[in-house]
Amino acid sequence: MFETLRQSLKTGIVTTAYPQAPAEISAHARGRPEIDWTRWHDARAASTACPTGAIAFADEAGVRTATLDLGKCIFCGLCADTDRAIRMTNHCELAARSAAELRTTGRYRLGDDGTHHRLLAGPTAFRDDAASLETLGRQLQSRAQAAFGRSLHIRAVDAGSCNGCEVEIHALNSPVYDLERFGIHFVASPRHADLLLVTGPVTRNMELALRNTYDATPEPRLVVAVGACGCSGGIFGRNYATCGAVDAVIPVDVYLPGCPPNPWALLQGILLAIGRRNGDQQPAQSR
Amino acid sequence: MNATQEFALLANATSLPWADVPEFSAAELVPATADKLARGGRLCAWFGVPADPVRRDSAAGIRLVAIVAFDTDNTLAAARSTPVTGSYPALTALQPQAHLFEREVWEQHGLTPVGHPWLKPVRRMAGNAPAMGEFFRVNGREVHEVAVGPVHAGVIEPGHFRFQCAGEEVLHLEIALGYQHRGAEHAIQGGPHRASMAQMETVAGDTTIAHATAYASVLEALAGTEPPLRAQWLRAIALELERLANHSGDLGALANDVAFLPTASACGKIRGDFLNLTALLCGSRFGRRLVRPGGCGYDLEAARIEQLRQRLGPALAELENAALWLWDAASVRARFENTGTVTTRQAADIGLVGPAARACGLVRDVRYDHPAGWHRFAQSPIAVWPGGDVLARARVRWLECQRSGQFLQEQLANPPEGEIRAPVTAAAPETLAVALVEGWRGEVCHVALTDAGGRFWRYKIVDPSFHNWTGMTLALRGMAISDFPLCNKSFNLSYCGFDL
Repeated sequence: MFETLRQSLKTGIVTTAYPQAPAEISAHARGRPEIDWTRWHDARAASTACPTGAIAFADEAGVRTATLDLGKCIFCGLCADTDRAIRMTNHCELAARSAAELRTTGRYRLGDDGTHHRLLAGPTAFRDDAASLETLGRQLQSRAQAAFGRSLHIRAVDAGSCNGCEVEIHALNSPVYDLERFGIHFVASPRHADLLLVTGPVTRNMELALRNTYDATPEPRLVVAVGACGCSGGIFGRNYATCGAVDAVIPVDVYLPGCPPNPWALLQGILLAIGRRNGDQQPAQSR
Repeated sequence: MNATQEFALLANATSLPWADVPEFSAAELVPATADKLARGGRLCAWFGVPADPVRRDSAAGIRLVAIVAFDTDNTLAAARSTPVTGSYPALTALQPQAHLFEREVWEQHGLTPVGHPWLKPVRRMAGNAPAMGEFFRVNGREVHEVAVGPVHAGVIEPGHFRFQCAGEEVLHLEIALGYQHRGAEHAIQGGPHRASMAQMETVAGDTTIAHATAYASVLEALAGTEPPLRAQWLRAIALELERLANHSGDLGALANDVAFLPTASACGKIRGDFLNLTALLCGSRFGRRLVRPGGCGYDLEAARIEQLRQRLGPALAELENAALWLWDAASVRARFENTGTVTTRQAADIGLVGPAARACGLVRDVRYDHPAGWHRFAQSPIAVWPGGDVLARARVRWLECQRSGQFLQEQLANPPEGEIRAPVTAAAPETLAVALVEGWRGEVCHVALTDAGGRFWRYKIVDPSFHNWTGMTLALRGMAISDFPLCNKSFNLSYCGFDL
């Protein structure tokens, strides 16, 4: 007993200073891929290598539209292996208030041999209606901050994940990330929750349970879609057994990419959802 | 096709022409398989293969395939049936360890195992609402039913648990899973496809290395490729890091469930330390993209080997401290001892695998019994603890952590030289390949059968949880219902690995 206490005291505090200090992401970690859009000459190899369709293109009337969708990306790095214009970074704090914000698009003049050369437009974050989205984002932020600024109760719902996301969510409760220091707690029932942290892809067998859980959560409520599978359907996508992304079943307020998102990314996404942190990516500190 | 015919023998992570797999009538295959199981065999897989490789439906009948492991002989045995339509005599009636496999065959192909005592779907019950199906009920004025899930109180995967209780005491527990069914076996059919490797890595996301190694081994066996030794060594290292991360997480979770917070807190950190060591190997805390067909995606240069060794020592020392607190606390022992006991006999009958089996005194471990890859050159003793209760399952985990730590220290001190990846040629046509890997929960089994073009005609995945969920239900019998979380944690089985 006393020995246990003595050793605990000796260990001291292991909790990270995040978000006051940058996330301590290892230089070896694989985060989002970065495309050198001006030097990119052929989207075909990377899009063929990509297992989830995160890098895709469409050719029409001599114009190629190439897209990188971080909501689908599993950070595998296969694109970077095949294409020198793409490199893997260790940036992982990628949460966004809409799925569209996670997509970057470039338009190119298509060459005869299937390569593309001149960047016509972009790269821009793809926004259908940038102004209204931004307003929506601000509204959400002020609403969330007013309602949950000082305290937030989270109900985690696994609607079909591989358990990878759950392992990382669990880590938030460990002394290293210690979510409770923000006044944020995991609760046992959706009836006690302000925010649903939903992992996916939503399976057909969980569709009803997820809808019921959402309905049981009192207003105002927030939904965060976690991981590539939650954001877009990810690795298994849509098939006879799954409905795909979380927003195919219930409305989503924040999209949190990653496969799985590490605890830093989860912290950023949750804090973004309640307006305690903006969505700008801060470069991670290498360790 | 005669009763004295023998099963074909093969070693782990090897292949066999489909034509060389002996064929029995279903009426003969069932008693022949039961006989093998009665003589020390263990059922690794029992599944159906559509006789028509093109249409893949049941119109031309379904062939049954049996994969049996003889642990003491270090060999596997395979046999198949002639195409069956309609029904066949249930293997479960002779050997209960087949019960879920036969329910699965019934669900996937519509073949009725006649004489199965509890025939119901495995994953797709009651349309898309498994909890709405039929459950075993105990009648009596004092008996009540408790339904839990699919959405649970903790951060945990979904499943439905139906308890039949008399007061506090659980008379019977039945588990309905399928909520995580993502169509994994279906997705890989006709493959390998572009997404197959990533899908196999996430069959159970906490068991990435074991499932990825099994899948890569199947592809390598079908192609006749031997991955370079250094790649096999890297896979073995990653497998033990995965075991250490999950076992230390489990020890913490067990401590948390009996409100012993020092170990719970310490293990939360330590698990992360081990996950970070895996990230040091390959950039992902879960070992994604480390294992590739033909070898590994990343090498480990001398400087990082040294870094790994330097960080491993303190993590192991911290884990030792946290584990010793657990064994020293009388309050913990009082809650762990004689809680959720599964007898050795029960464990053998239902075919438990992994730490859950070894905690019942059964000596079975794929790394030792069916060595493939690097485990042909380096093995750890099998960690066994008799008792069958929560304490035994915790103790086995701790013993395995110690062994894994020692294994890693030894292996990191003597890295083999060489390449990390060999080209994988096309898969042999009409060939059966079997790969077993001892994941942290137990035996991960992948079986592939190729068609005339070398594509997957049938791909069968058996996660250790498929064997072990029944053990959990037996552990609960006669226990107080309040002990359910503790028992559940002591098995810590995968829902998605089961649901596929």
